[in-house]
Amino acid sequence: MAVTDLTSGQVRRFARPHTAAVLLALAALLALAKPALPEFLTRVPGWAVLPYDVWMQGLFDFIKDDLGLIHVTRTISAGLEWLLDITANLLYGKNRWPYLGPIPWTAVAAVAAVTGYALKGWRMALLAGGTFVWVALVGQWEIAMQTMSVIAVAAPVAALAGLLLGLAAWKFPRFERALMPLLAVFQTLPFFTYLLPAVIFFKVGPTAGCVATVVYAVPPMVLMTALGLKKVSSEVVEAGHMSGSTRWQMLRHVYIPSARTELLVGVNQVIMLSLAMVVLTAFIGMPGLGAKLLSLMNSLKLGRSFEIGVTIVLIAVTLDRCSKAWVVKQPEHFERGTPWWRRNQVLLIGIAAFLGFLIVAQFVQVADHIKRDQDFSIGAEIDGVIRAILSNKAITGITEWLRWFLITWVLIPFRNGLLWLPTASVVLAAAAAGHFVGGRRSALLAGAFFGIVALTGWWDRSIITLYAVISAVVLAALIGLPLGILAARRKKWAEPILLVCDTAQTFPSFVYLIPAIMLFGVNDVSVVFAIFIFATVPLMRYTIEGIRAVPEELLEAADMSGATRRQKLLKVQLPLALPTMAVGFNQAIMFAFFMVIIAAFIGTQDLGQELQKTLAGNQLGKNFVLGMCVALMALSFDHIIMRWSANRRRALGVF
Amino acid sequence: MKKARLILGGTAAILAAAGAAQADSDDPIIIPIHNWSSQIVMSHAVGKILEDVGANVEFVTTDSQAVYESVRLGDVTMELEVWEGAFGASFRAALEKGGLHDVATHAATTREDWWYPLWTKEACPGLPDWKALNDCAAVFATPETGDKGRFLGGPVDWLKHDQERVDALNLNFVVVNAGSAAALWAEIGAAEAEKKPIVLFNWTPNFAEAVWPGEFVEFPAWEDGCDTDAAVGPNPDMTYDCGNPAGGYLKIAAWDGMKEKWPTAYETLTKVSFTNPQIAEMAKLVDVDEMEPEDAAAEWLAANEDVWKPWTE
Repeated sequence: MAVTDLTSGQVRRFARPHTAAVLLALAALLALAKPALPEFLTRVPGWAVLPYDVWMQGLFDFIKDDLGLIHVTRTISAGLEWLLDITANLLYGKNRWPYLGPIPWTAVAAVAAVTGYALKGWRMALLAGGTFVWVALVGQWEIAMQTMSVIAVAAPVAALAGLLLGLAAWKFPRFERALMPLLAVFQTLPFFTYLLPAVIFFKVGPTAGCVATVVYAVPPMVLMTALGLKKVSSEVVEAGHMSGSTRWQMLRHVYIPSARTELLVGVNQVIMLSLAMVVLTAFIGMPGLGAKLLSLMNSLKLGRSFEIGVTIVLIAVTLDRCSKAWVVKQPEHFERGTPWWRRNQVLLIGIAAFLGFLIVAQFVQVADHIKRDQDFSIGAEIDGVIRAILSNKAITGITEWLRWFLITWVLIPFRNGLLWLPTASVVLAAAAAGHFVGGRRSALLAGAFFGIVALTGWWDRSIITLYAVISAVVLAALIGLPLGILAARRKKWAEPILLVCDTAQTFPSFVYLIPAIMLFGVNDVSVVFAIFIFATVPLMRYTIEGIRAVPEELLEAADMSGATRRQKLLKVQLPLALPTMAVGFNQAIMFAFFMVIIAAFIGTQDLGQELQKTLAGNQLGKNFVLGMCVALMALSFDHIIMRWSANRRRALGVF
Repeated sequence: MKKARLILGGTAAILAAAGAAQADSDDPIIIPIHNWSSQIVMSHAVGKILEDVGANVEFVTTDSQAVYESVRLGDVTMELEVWEGAFGASFRAALEKGGLHDVATHAATTREDWWYPLWTKEACPGLPDWKALNDCAAVFATPETGDKGRFLGGPVDWLKHDQERVDALNLNFVVVNAGSAAALWAEIGAAEAEKKPIVLFNWTPNFAEAVWPGEFVEFPAWEDGCDTDAAVGPNPDMTYDCGNPAGGYLKIAAWDGMKEKWPTAYETLTKVSFTNPQIAEMAKLVDVDEMEPEDAAAEWLAANEDVWKPWTE
């Protein structure tokens, strides 16, 4: 049958798995022979662990003080501070130049609604305006505007920096070759590793928060810019040359407009990643929603922090939908002779609404700001509900059992098993996996990455990190994949499930960390649970998208050859969706590596805990070494899975 | 935010009135706030007191350990709660590097140590003695600690030396570090429903005392050098064989440049001193009465004018 032939593409690649199998067998052999192994194969001996952290610290100190980088960065941070003061004054009335703010909430909400309308009509207007009305009514206006004042600077700076770097990467292939691996490292480096340099070089407070946000949000913009510019078709470029454009004109009027979609997708990513940092940057002085959330969590106020979570989700969804609408929206063209006020109708309405509310706010206090006793916060009530659920006997009964079962029968045996494995055997297994998908080069890469981790001397902690990641991702796959498949096959389910995915991804993880602790206690179950929520999302999303993307003709062909629903799923849909699902799996692992470090706030014994310690001691060198351990492990997985997915695609003939 | 404008206007008026006599800079005094309530309320209260003497005040959220580096560099002007146990090391290190100094000491004393809510005593009647605690370690066992008891420590970046103490005193406990203060409260909250025995890190002054009555475990008393000299304390071979200091100080630290730049505010700051009940009251306004820190500070100041007015004169 033609359908089954699709899966037999791998037959040709038997030569590779052969060597891979030998490597794997060797790894297994080493593990079995552990008692007889010489010491240096089980763990890297102490004398071979070089003081990398001291060297890195020396290097940082040299760059910072002797090369005087700190003066450069402090000058930059003075410039940033000037920008931040402007937005801070306008949005929440910080006492700085230009001394105009704060803008009344009604005016902001009105402008948001008009912008929403301009982008995608009434529903978007309702979402955008409604979000700001909610923020004001629930009594979070000022803290939300503190957050927005930083994002309003960080997101444009990140987008601009990404655009410039992407342009450079596109112009100079050599620069691109140097930049891409760096970006990959940046994307996998745990956020604790950004925070410390940000504080030291850019001064604690909104500036450091802004810088950390920019660094975190910039990579996708670079990637999308380079991708978009490369895709510009040669006919368009030719046309540009023929009309005698200068180099600047080529860029401004040919390349950038042609790459518009990719650039805007990049902008969307920048905005979403900036919002993801709202809570984390609170640790280095970013004011606003994140800081408030942390102090609420510290006095166990679940209800109020839940409300803040809702605010963050609403803002994220609004910005996400608006920027996506912007991607889709094509530039409008008017007939010659249309009067200017008709061309700019929506803009004029926006300005009028802004000015109107500005004037109203001068006379009506509620339109200007909402006082504390005027808000509609129901934090205390939500708190009561959450606590009642958490102390419900039926629920605690189940969680107690789950805790006991997972800890004694799954997690601890698994962790001890991984820790028992000799280092050499793990490194070999990584190399085997590399060889299986990508031949010698990938084998060397994966083996070397794990080898470096072993040489830093943080092996045990790295393995514990890995254990939490794997446990959570396996759990996420067990639950997320069936749900994703189910959702993809029933149209009615897909939309709500995707909405849940969006919400789970933007809802600040801190809000569900505390209920997790109350249910499972400070232990690995809570940790795995927290990672699990985060990692299930991409798995489900990519499964749904992968299955939906299977070409209609193939499904029809399967129907015609009399396949049952089950056969259709197993023989057609899943094999074709597999490469996309693998991308989702990869994302899940990357998210898990991100989240496992945050789970240090629950309490872990992995790299995250050590990283948290370095924050207190200002130990930049050690911080960087630990961060690299996380990044290298994540990069190994990334390389192997993406390589496999690419191979599959090629074998299936789909791209 | 007309209120803020009014306050600013008022501040400006006061400044103008004080005029020639005072030379305080117009630049804002930066007060750091951390993530526990008493510190946030106290910072806002002191901020309002300083505004009362004409200063311009701003707040910045920071990490409670990294803040000493910021005070030293002048990025942040002061730190109002220097706990001997938790931040003594960072504070002393910063003192040595120079750039900040010890301005005043609160009347309040602090204690941070192993602690249990009172219902724990039913399961382990010998408490608060540490040997009794060690004998009933099994009561505190959890699935993840096996036969040994679990001690729930504070976040690792508070740099407590619980593991060292467990080793030095040979305790049948496994130290499990919670990642945040919130995680500690979550555990007490969860244990409360079924009155499960629990021993964990806690401190005073703190709102938790009001919500969950409890006691500290009595370890061999702290002696100077217990943390550096193995000979001090019951175990001759190891350090940290003692409890934390029971009457630890609570200090105020300030940037060296503050005295020059804001002399009036500095003068007031040297007189600031809060007592244990006052600090507990501030924390309670937020943690139990659900007020916003700014409002709690205003309320406390309004109710205690006789305490702080003299500081401003």
